Amino acid sequence: MGLISVYRLRLQRKRLLLRAFRRRRQLSQIANRMVGLRAQPILLFSAMRNERVRLPFFLDYYRKLGVDHFLIVDNGSDDGTREYLAEQKDVSLWTTGAGYKQSRFGMDWLMHLLRRHGTGNWCLTVDVDEFLVYPFCETRPLRALTDWLDSAGSRAFAAMLLDMYPKGAMHEQPYREGQNPFEIAQYFDSGNYTIKRNWPYLNLWIQGGPRARVFFADAPKKAPAMNKIPLVKWDPGYAYVSSTHMMLPRGLNLTYESGGGEKPSGCLLHAKFLDTFAAKAEEELRRGQHYAESHEYRAYREGIARERDLWCNWSEKYINWRQLEILGLMSKGNWA
Amino acid sequence: MTVGVVMLCHASLHRAAQVARHWAQAGCPVVIHLDRRVAEADRANFAAALADLPDVRFSRRIACEWGTFSLVQATIEAATRMLQDFPQAGHVYLASGSCLPIRPVAELEAHLAAHPHTDFIESVTTADVGWTVGGLNKERFTLRFPFSWKKQRQFFDRYVRLQRRLGFQRRIPEGIVPHLGSQWWCLTRPTLQAILHHPDRARHDRYFRRVWIPDESYFQTIVRQLSTRVESRSLTLSKFDFQGRPYVFYDDHMHLLRRTEAFVARKIWPQADQLYDTYLAPATETASRPEPNPGKIDRLFAKAVERRTRGRPGLYMQSRFPSKARGANRAAAPYGVFEGLDDLFSDFHPWLARVAEARVHGHLFAPDRAQFSGGEPVFKGGLSDSASLRDYNPRSFLTSLIWNTRGERQCFQFGPGDVQDIAPFLAGDPNASIAIVSGAFAIPLWRSGRSVPEIRAEAARLQKIEADFIALLQGPETKARTRVWTLADFVEDPVEHLHQIVDDLNPRAPHRMTELPRMVDLSGFGGFLQELRNQGMQPVLMGEFPAVIEMDRIGRGMVRPQLAR
Repeated sequence: MGLISVYRLRLQRKRLLLRAFRRRRQLSQIANRMVGLRAQPILLFSAMRNERVRLPFFLDYYRKLGVDHFLIVDNGSDDGTREYLAEQKDVSLWTTGAGYKQSRFGMDWLMHLLRRHGTGNWCLTVDVDEFLVYPFCETRPLRALTDWLDSAGSRAFAAMLLDMYPKGAMHEQPYREGQNPFEIAQYFDSGNYTIKRNWPYLNLWIQGGPRARVFFADAPKKAPAMNKIPLVKWDPGYAYVSSTHMMLPRGLNLTYESGGGEKPSGCLLHAKFLDTFAAKAEEELRRGQHYAESHEYRAYREGIARERDLWCNWSEKYINWRQLEILGLMSKGNWA
Repeated sequence: MTVGVVMLCHASLHRAAQVARHWAQAGCPVVIHLDRRVAEADRANFAAALADLPDVRFSRRIACEWGTFSLVQATIEAATRMLQDFPQAGHVYLASGSCLPIRPVAELEAHLAAHPHTDFIESVTTADVGWTVGGLNKERFTLRFPFSWKKQRQFFDRYVRLQRRLGFQRRIPEGIVPHLGSQWWCLTRPTLQAILHHPDRARHDRYFRRVWIPDESYFQTIVRQLSTRVESRSLTLSKFDFQGRPYVFYDDHMHLLRRTEAFVARKIWPQADQLYDTYLAPATETASRPEPNPGKIDRLFAKAVERRTRGRPGLYMQSRFPSKARGANRAAAPYGVFEGLDDLFSDFHPWLARVAEARVHGHLFAPDRAQFSGGEPVFKGGLSDSASLRDYNPRSFLTSLIWNTRGERQCFQFGPGDVQDIAPFLAGDPNASIAIVSGAFAIPLWRSGRSVPEIRAEAARLQKIEADFIALLQGPETKARTRVWTLADFVEDPVEHLHQIVDDLNPRAPHRMTELPRMVDLSGFGGFLQELRNQGMQPVLMGEFPAVIEMDRIGRGMVRPQLAR
């Protein structure tokens, strides 16, 4: 790793920060309820569009884990998402009509908010269909984890995306508002992930799971990345490079142990594959606002058209975090 | 007589106040040392919260920094105050603000009353200490530490290294035999008095001011000169991880804490409401305490350290991805790889499954698809039989397969016709045992019935690939257990070789094999090889295969095959 490439990463980071700073003008604030928060609150950042039906469970889930405040960017919803969020006492809301893709899939907006409001605090950046599971999450709130990470001198916590899916076709079991999506999407793939080191950034590039198995068997390289670093003690110089998959400065990506041991890690249960998915895929395809020329969504549409069931004989039924840790998808590390 | 409690506090003061109240209400006098760096407003709140308790006093405040003499100084201040103000304190217990009494105070008092002249302080000579982190134990007493470990870590480390290289030694004062131990002790009044009024106290203090982490050695060392009876264990449960940070207890440790023999636990997460509520509740019933089993808690923490330092071998995941030197080339469990045997024996696959008690796959790395056992399109863990997914990252494919099936031995066929990208991993994996009958790839070619000129190029290609693989296995990097026979050697004594294969796979197999797989009829194969030679190819991997072979003997099973010229 030469000095030049190190410097190039620095330039990239500066560029991302500047970009986020410029895009701040696209955001208009609807509600700011940040006053009177406790010292060192745990903050959740998210950008969304038309997710009204998912919101009640999402907010509740993270409230129970101990998130103190939600900072949300609404990207031109027309299904009541904005109105619902504006009523919540622990949500600060911004809205924008600008393009999702042009804002690096919302990351520019979120990075501006992270820098502005997240600095010095533990910040969780997730999508509305991602649910964090970490060691002992049933008995220890998020603050126990962040206190422990603080004492260990860690700045970031990795949680791999774990695609959850139902048995049978996605449209068979409709999702009701407020329902735990994992009552429907109960299954996951436990052991078909591929891992590579992604050199200049030092992170692990993880692919696989049911999406690779069913939709990307012919083009595995294009399968979506599953590695994520959603929980970070934010510093104004930090930047997310591609969604929350990797960060700069690149030292933040070293959330894994290369000397043989295991660092603590969690999972982001991904409730994407519900009956809402087909409509979402159609919409995203029409808007052309997603990754890689929406290759992913095109693959899904073909998959859905063929009525492909993600479930297979070896699908694992989700029980709890201990199961994920035994299966080797996440680890307690030395947190006991 | 009662026990006086000295508390060193610096954070989570609302919890410290709760604990101090608990001690005081049980009749124990309390002296609190509050770090001088605590803000005035917090101090005022803290003092106000305890204002109604006459037996809770505050000692002179010192600014404390971890690892320095300030902590000892703070302890001395508070202990002096304790001895002065509370003549009823027969023992003095040193605790911190994040300690929690986990057994009724009455039990502690009863225990101390039963041992009136015993000092409970862990005190171990430096030679016998196993728990210090960073290799500093004896050197804590003989080097100098002018730099802050927290703020000037680089200077700290470099200066230690420099002193080691120069062979620098501080002289240990006469009469001092360095001992180390847990910071949290419980001393008798006379012993503590003797330490505080030691004629050499000024000299001791001067020396220990320059010792590293003196709070783990000051009292532990001097007590050895003065005490009549030292019981070298701490009454406080306090565990440290491999980096020297104390473990924190949460609500879900309740059942473990109930089984320790210790009276106080450290440290407790300030928001562990359930622990605080339970243990600070007024003692109602003393019964129903489970048998003490401190080993259980030791095991928990030992396992945590092992997971962090060693991890689960053969697991590759988001937070464990070892470098090459630390186990990157290793599957989770032993597995068998067989090359050429399924060409030589028509029913090798089902036969192996029977005799080896293993899951036997076909050619996992076949060009068209992964041939999982039973022909399944998806295997355990959700592994797909798609060749493109597999070839995208063959290592992940194989290590996942072995990890997913831990507890069941895996075997698969391999051959020169398969995708070879996995070969370096197989060769370097100590868990692989590889058996090769070289040259057997020619048997299916011969039996295909195609004409020799047609086959020749293909045979040469396969021979090259197999030769490369064998050369790789004979290289210096190889850690796999390998057995390579030429086809000629193998058919000379197939029974013995099959025995070896089964023994390698399953060394403790209780019974010898009672059946043999069926060998392909090789009469005429020698002629085929000669024909290949005539066409200009040089078949070498088969060994010296005889021109004529008597198959009926081999076919009959256990009989040694007779080879004729």
